Amino acid sequence: MDTLYYIIQNMLPVAMPLLLVALGGMFSEIGGVVNIALEGIMLFGAFFGALFVYTVQDLGLNPQVVLLLGMLIAAVAGLIYSLLLSFAAVNMKADQVITGTALNMLIPAAILLFSKMYFNSDGVTTSMNFYIREIPGLSKIPVLGPMVFQRTYLTVPISLLFFIISIIVFYKTKFGLRLRACGEHPHAADSVGINVYKMRYAGTSISGILAGIGGFFYSVGVMDGNVNGHTGVAGFGFLALAVMIFGQWRPVKIFFAALFFSLFRTLAYSVSLIPFLYNLGIEQTYYKMLPYVATMVVLAFTSKKSRAPKAEGIPYDKSQR
Amino acid sequence: MQDKINLNKNKFSFKKIIYSGGFASFSSALMAIILGLIFGFIVMLIAKPESAGAGFKFITLGGFKRIGDVFYFATPILMTGLSVGFAFNMGLFNIGASGQYTMGMFFAMYVGFMWDLPPSIHWIVAILAGMLGGMLWGFIPGIFKAFLNVNEVITSIMFNYIGMYIVDMAIQGSSTMYKFEQTRTNYLPASVQIPSLGIPNSNVNWGIILAIAIGIVLYIVLQKTIFGYELKATGFNKFASEYAGMKGKKNIILTMIIAGGLSGLGGAFAILAPSAIAGSSMTYEPINIIAPNGFNGIAVALLGNSHPIGTIFSSIFISHIQRGGTLASLVGYKPEIIDVVIAVIIYFSAFAAVMNETLVNFFKNHIGKKHDKETANNEVSDNEIKEAE
Repeated sequence: MDTLYYIIQNMLPVAMPLLLVALGGMFSEIGGVVNIALEGIMLFGAFFGALFVYTVQDLGLNPQVVLLLGMLIAAVAGLIYSLLLSFAAVNMKADQVITGTALNMLIPAAILLFSKMYFNSDGVTTSMNFYIREIPGLSKIPVLGPMVFQRTYLTVPISLLFFIISIIVFYKTKFGLRLRACGEHPHAADSVGINVYKMRYAGTSISGILAGIGGFFYSVGVMDGNVNGHTGVAGFGFLALAVMIFGQWRPVKIFFAALFFSLFRTLAYSVSLIPFLYNLGIEQTYYKMLPYVATMVVLAFTSKKSRAPKAEGIPYDKSQR
Repeated sequence: MQDKINLNKNKFSFKKIIYSGGFASFSSALMAIILGLIFGFIVMLIAKPESAGAGFKFITLGGFKRIGDVFYFATPILMTGLSVGFAFNMGLFNIGASGQYTMGMFFAMYVGFMWDLPPSIHWIVAILAGMLGGMLWGFIPGIFKAFLNVNEVITSIMFNYIGMYIVDMAIQGSSTMYKFEQTRTNYLPASVQIPSLGIPNSNVNWGIILAIAIGIVLYIVLQKTIFGYELKATGFNKFASEYAGMKGKKNIILTMIIAGGLSGLGGAFAILAPSAIAGSSMTYEPINIIAPNGFNGIAVALLGNSHPIGTIFSSIFISHIQRGGTLASLVGYKPEIIDVVIAVIIYFSAFAAVMNETLVNFFKNHIGKKHDKETANNEVSDNEIKEAE
């Protein structure tokens, strides 16, 4: 049982960035914009979040307050960066995949450039400790307490909150329905008075906010608060895209897809601590490959009936009917 | 490149040039390059105003002093660029060039270390093995796309990681290939290295000649063969081409195999290149990092508008400013500035076509015929600049 708790406690800080970023990708794509730039947006948010932490870490503030403020900064950074994608995709009607690729390429180089100039290193290194041994009160809940509220980061409950908000926005609001209409049939949406351009900007901006936060949470929960231009976010932006497709563009399915993926990743990195797996004596690299292989296998079975938004990736042109 | 041929045939038919597809893609690429360089200059001004001028001069002109190196470093990115561009012609985004490149490199290395062949054919066999490795790694996403409808972007990203882990593990597991103390591969035997072109102080080798030849062959395949026509038709409208009787699934798999093979060749050319220092060779460090040359290939292909001949020029251009960026470190700039510039160029090239259209319309409507001759002259000088690059 302890091993199980251990795995879950280690899994959730990894799963949450994936969940947030995949939800971000979902909001962008159901509005009709393919957001392949998630990786870059994550790194952009993570960088500014970490930069904020770096500047305030010696002031003696409460770490959890710093975490919340850093999250806000990362959200704003992600939003701003995603506007570059919105502008190209909506106003300039550019190829969204190319634009996204360019945005992905820009950020690691810019971070390396900046960090080498000002810190003489490959990234930002912070020394603040965000780790929480247990959240008072909540950690005493049987079963759920040790899983979610012990030996964790504040990122986990916050992300779960965002997840619930996403479900409500997706299913229960006028905005969610309109956004989905813009991704399925923008001309029909336009004909009933929905401003497709604005909605697509909104969808991409939400994805920017969530991806920025997700990036910062990745740096907090996986990288101990550091950001490095070489390793970046280790392909998490792309993995989030896979999680989103695996989750068939639906929030709840995305949640389970993120858990599935992060479970494999956690197993890969803690083989030596799980006696059963360790005794099998398989080389660790195989476990490191496992998340990617598992994703491929799952996608192979689920992609036949893809529920991708029909108009995703196609720039909306009013004059086309 | 059609524009250039037109230009030679009837020198001042400005209209013919401006309406040709080649001109549009060339001028939009040029515009993106100019915007990217301006952005880079601004970054340099902010970072270190006093030496921005000198640094910018290094970036734009520095490569000319190391022309051999420019061609040497252009070889792998030309191959990955051709790979990405070829798949792009069919509407497939081969972001997996990195994985295919790594696989190709590994296969070439395996032949280099493990097979004992006569020196005259050893390197040729190794190159072919590299191609095979890349083909294998392109084949898998092709199968996934054609039969299981899995988005090729996701598949190829996943296979970038899988390929990288497999290669790193295989290399670290072999004492013939891996030198533990230096965390890199051993030196390859001389018989497997591609013959050098003999330019002093440079590793430039027959790889670049082969790569350019492959680019020209691809151009012929795309423009003059039924397969190339089917490929472009499928990229243009999948359903119409299917209706016309073209076998979409077969073409998807074939395209991915060819694209993979091209990237694999890039990996082989990179690792089999001769070293200027006698008794050594190129080496590979298995440190779990995805090969950056694959992603540079995406930039090269996009800048070259996925056209094989355009890709040849864009790879040389990108290699040129990369060399320039290395030189700019002499006046205190970090070479990463070039990656920033390249990314900005790609960003602008994505919608430069739209801007270009507006510009052409502007010319047509406002400037009129009397300026045609003048603009045509500008066009000639533009071409000369490009040739110089």
